[in-house]
Amino acid sequence: MKQARDFFASRAGIIVVGLAIGCLAATLQKWGNPPNMGICVACFTRDIAGALGMQSQLQYLRPEIPAFCLGSFLAALAFREFRPRTGSAPIIRFLLGMFAMIGALVFLGCPWRAILRLAGGDWNAILGLLGLVVGITAGVQFLKAGFNLGRSYPARTVAGLAMPFVMLVLLALTITYPHFGEEGKAALFRGAKVPFAPPWISIVVGLVIGFLAQRTRFCTVGGLRDVILMRDFHLVSGVASFFVAAFALNLIYGQFHPGFTLGTSEAGKILQQPAAHTVHWLNFGGMVLAGLSFTLAGGCPGRQVFLSGEGDGDAGVFVLGMLTGAAVAHNFSMVATQPTAPSIVILGLIVVGLIGFLGREKLAPAR
Amino acid sequence: MAEKVDARGLSCPQPVILTRKALQEASGDDSVTVLVDTMTQVHNCTRAAAKLGWQATYEEKNDVFELKLRK
Repeated sequence: MKQARDFFASRAGIIVVGLAIGCLAATLQKWGNPPNMGICVACFTRDIAGALGMQSQLQYLRPEIPAFCLGSFLAALAFREFRPRTGSAPIIRFLLGMFAMIGALVFLGCPWRAILRLAGGDWNAILGLLGLVVGITAGVQFLKAGFNLGRSYPARTVAGLAMPFVMLVLLALTITYPHFGEEGKAALFRGAKVPFAPPWISIVVGLVIGFLAQRTRFCTVGGLRDVILMRDFHLVSGVASFFVAAFALNLIYGQFHPGFTLGTSEAGKILQQPAAHTVHWLNFGGMVLAGLSFTLAGGCPGRQVFLSGEGDGDAGVFVLGMLTGAAVAHNFSMVATQPTAPSIVILGLIVVGLIGFLGREKLAPAR
Repeated sequence: MAEKVDARGLSCPQPVILTRKALQEASGDDSVTVLVDTMTQVHNCTRAAAKLGWQATYEEKNDVFELKLRK
């Protein structure tokens, strides 16, 4: 056990796990998940919001997200790291989750998908990643100025079990897709044109990634943040290997199509990259908002899901904020280049900037 | 002087920021104690300390990890 623990905490451990996640993400695309979206924590949480009826545009209960949480839960139990805790500015974390999601949906992807898009040849991702770096850099400035959301405190076991339990219910619904009533209405919504890998494969892959990521603390935002904050390359080496593996497999699978667009059709219509747009400032600005929000909350969307699995109730609240943000974004035309996108990016930057500015309070002593 | 950092319940990267600050202000003869409450932060703080040339040992008491950092 100690050897396993030490390996996962090492540089080699995070690189191997980054490679594994990159391979699994590219392969999930091959098996049916959307192009350049093998795993996107933002997109998939948005699809779950759709499945639950919170928005009506993209609806499928993606099993990867609940499996992430449960894989992390199992890893935390196995290595005695399950620690129920909560109480660190939950409402602020909810808002940060909302704005992180709204920003990510303007770009059309979380940091994971930004890397997967780049690995698939979508050059628009460069603007998104630049925005992410700027957002994280801004977040680091707030952290250096003393920003913190206050302490969390040990909580009851039941509080730590809440998110894994909710995720288990979601997973059960994915598997059973229950129907009820005379018309045979489904308890979940499922869009007609949503591509997905076979659910059982998604569940197993999700559990494996959740387990590995909990052990290594794999975090895309944390990786960039640690480089900017203190030139520490531990986490970012996992992010880099994630990219390398996805890129290599995309080449092998024929999933690499370089360009800002995929050219023009015979009818002269511009063919966009999969789930992408070419409005550079929105790709950039959306990810500045997302990067800043994730940094203030302490980690990327994947990391928040993994933390919620090991008992962190505040990370769980952030995930619920992301779910709500996805619904708001799709219901009020804030996605990609939709009409409200520019104003919500600016408004979001003001709100999250204020959170960063006002959160520079002195830390209270522990109870 | 023995410096003590209480980083219990703080999100990433606060425990590391506080640890680094304490180490940068400490002299080589000091020992610095850091309290954290997750294994993640034990690893993070140990790694940050090692980069500044400090060695870490830890022990767990009542779900709290006490890191002892020495030059």
